[in-house]
Amino acid sequence: MHRYICDFILDITQNSFEAKSTQVELFLFEDDRYLKVIIKDNGKGMSSDVLEKVLDPYYTDGLKHKNRKVGLGLPFLVQSVRESGGSFDINSKPNEGTQVYCSFDLCNVDTPPIGDISSTFLTLFSDPNANELIIRREINTSKGSSHYEFSKSELLEILGDFSTVSSLCLLRDFLQSQEEDLQQYYVNRTLIFK
Amino acid sequence: MAKMTLEELRNLRASKQKSLQKRSIEGKEGQIIIGMGTCGIAAGAKTVLDAFLSELDAKGITNISVTQTGCMGLCHVEPTVEVVVPNMPDVIYGNVDAKVAKQIVQDHLIDHKLVSDHVFDRPAADIYVKDGDK
Repeated sequence: MHRYICDFILDITQNSFEAKSTQVELFLFEDDRYLKVIIKDNGKGMSSDVLEKVLDPYYTDGLKHKNRKVGLGLPFLVQSVRESGGSFDINSKPNEGTQVYCSFDLCNVDTPPIGDISSTFLTLFSDPNANELIIRREINTSKGSSHYEFSKSELLEILGDFSTVSSLCLLRDFLQSQEEDLQQYYVNRTLIFK
Repeated sequence: MAKMTLEELRNLRASKQKSLQKRSIEGKEGQIIIGMGTCGIAAGAKTVLDAFLSELDAKGITNISVTQTGCMGLCHVEPTVEVVVPNMPDVIYGNVDAKVAKQIVQDHLIDHKLVSDHVFDRPAADIYVKDGDK
């Protein structure tokens, strides 16, 4: 089971990369009480039959690891959300794409710590399977509001590549500076662990 | 750190490129490949990626690329990291955490010694020293 909310986000967004999508959107919205996450892709999608099965940890399409009988990404997420008073929804259409929605109750003691948001974005942007990735991060709490939004293509145009140490470090510093700027609006982050 | 704009990022990149060009980079490029499947993520692979970046940056090693891959089939020893560098056998390390990542940078990349306690696949058993020669 994953330790941080960010680990769930990383895992599920990777599914979108692997679904032959040309564009993936990740939206993180935080208010005083909830962290809401939307992961949307334009990939191959799933039929209603498959959609019914994907929350079963013993279901896999068998394409990634042909001898394995488990698929744990979504079941992990659903289990964690159910344990901690959050919510979950998934919609998918073959050849159109998939959208996963989940929310975490930041006041619930069973909610996992959020984890390191900027490092998660770094990992996602530099994932070789990601074509276009658009990340939008918003915070709107009683302390104020702010947001940032970047696409992989615009960052790649500036940095040239996402595999050399120098460009990854620049990307890391850049994303950290964005998230640090939002920290002044954090509420209910007693659970945060970095 | 003040919030950086895309323009500032562009300028930083340009100045970094200049200083890199000044330095003569010897040797061929190597690769560090981190297993970032569900199993890897659950075991802390993201922390390992962060640790490699920080350590390589701190030691000024720039001719190594850091990439991700899915599950390598060694879920029982996640996080796993494959290290491919010239003049060393290709190795998959297992049970890697931030501390071991630092050790791999120092021992494997700089000193050209295997971190034997964490070798889980390749090279053949007679090449690495079992149990770190303890």
